[in-house]
Amino acid sequence: MIETFTLEHLREILRSDPGIDDSVEITPDNATEPFAELGYDSLSLLELASQLRRRYGVQISDGALEEMSTPGGAVDFVNRLLDAAGTRPVEV
Amino acid sequence: MNAGTGETPVVSGLGIVAPTGIGAAEHWSSVLKGTSGIGPITRFDVSSYPTRLAGEVAGFDPRGSVPGRVFPQTDVWTRMGMAAAAAALDDAGIVPAELPEYELAVVTASSSGGTEFGQHEMERLYTRGPDWVSAYQSIAWFYAATSGQISIQHGMRGPSGVLCAEQAGGLDTVGQARRMLHGGTRVVLAGGTDASLCPYGLVAQIATGLLATGSEPECYRPFADDACGHLPGEGGAVLVLEDATTVNARGGRTYARVLGYAAGFDPPPDSARPPALRVTIERALHDAALVPGDVDVVFADAAATPAADDAEAAALAAVFGRYGVAVTAPKTLTGRLYGGGGALDLATAALALFHGVVPATAGTTAAARHGIDLVVDEPRLDEPRTALVLARGHGGFTSAVLLGRYPHHEET
Repeated sequence: MIETFTLEHLREILRSDPGIDDSVEITPDNATEPFAELGYDSLSLLELASQLRRRYGVQISDGALEEMSTPGGAVDFVNRLLDAAGTRPVEV
Repeated sequence: MNAGTGETPVVSGLGIVAPTGIGAAEHWSSVLKGTSGIGPITRFDVSSYPTRLAGEVAGFDPRGSVPGRVFPQTDVWTRMGMAAAAAALDDAGIVPAELPEYELAVVTASSSGGTEFGQHEMERLYTRGPDWVSAYQSIAWFYAATSGQISIQHGMRGPSGVLCAEQAGGLDTVGQARRMLHGGTRVVLAGGTDASLCPYGLVAQIATGLLATGSEPECYRPFADDACGHLPGEGGAVLVLEDATTVNARGGRTYARVLGYAAGFDPPPDSARPPALRVTIERALHDAALVPGDVDVVFADAAATPAADDAEAAALAAVFGRYGVAVTAPKTLTGRLYGGGGALDLATAALALFHGVVPATAGTTAAARHGIDLVVDEPRLDEPRTALVLARGHGGFTSAVLLGRYPHHEET
């Protein structure tokens, strides 16, 4: 069970996706920069959405990726989804 | 962009990732010694498959030539292509970042795309569900993936693409490269790779009925009386093609000139018309303004079924006369590499012209009925000037490229 989805959770997912250059580390300092500026292309964001669905059971449509244009935006968006679901899902 | 000079293109760089070796030097050494790259398939358990031998690229490690972030986005076929492309650029002494990006192009051949990657993701789809399929499936298994990744990695943004003509595709990339060079492109990476040694890939090949099933590499014995199919292999080659003027201005090395090219397609199996090979050879000769007597060696397609060998021998006899030209098939050391096969044969032919040696064909003896002068046992040190490279792709693709020795300084 996770209380809140944090930047640390996001970083762990991105780090475990070897498709993403591990030299680009997400930090609080660059969390407001667009993913594209950090070296993440649109496919790596689709892969991130898949991983979020797999791990947390949240449903992220491909269109919702616009809400996740920055790391900080992605964290907020995932938390809104978790809140809307009303429960904090167990990590799967 | 340049207007294009219409010059005869030359091969100025070679990158080879093949069962016979990684790098042009290792491959050429294996070819001259007749060292086979064919062995038992180790990639997966093949004990229940009728074909259990293949030409695997032993010790292929793409780290160093393929960025880490590209690994999960690519099939091994693409990584082999990227490694070959990087080696070819390095061999030619070309640094793409120093050149106009829209004058640098990539055209590769592909036969089966990212088969192993695709199998893995399809397994995840039907065992776990759609969310478990990598987003990179969308770019990893389609034919153009290798050209695209090479283009992205090196910033080569000129007219690029992929040609799918099974074994003939590698030759077709040279024809396409020549068109690009004549249109003003400065550098073209041509060639191709393939890597279909996974269960899905092997089963697809077995279904053609063209694979040999023996327990020794010599079960792939083209032109033999008892020819019984081919063995598959993986890998291929990438060639740098440019105008000689460009290469000489850089002080670069030239392996060979591209003198002529033609492509044809076989009539349907029930047609009374003959196969396309003879007329394709004749059209390539015409394109090069050469006559049959100018050709010193033929790198044969060497399909190794009785019917296909008969057809190739008949085409050679019709153009050159029985025993009229030296014929070799170094691909018996690697198996047929499909998308990489024509490209590797071109690289080998370019090396043969550069070194003045016709390599031998290992593991087979030509049946008398074929009437071909198959080079066996030892290489011939007879300074070939012109090589004809032939390839036929499953389904009817037929291509021919004529390469010529580049006159080195002592000859000019």
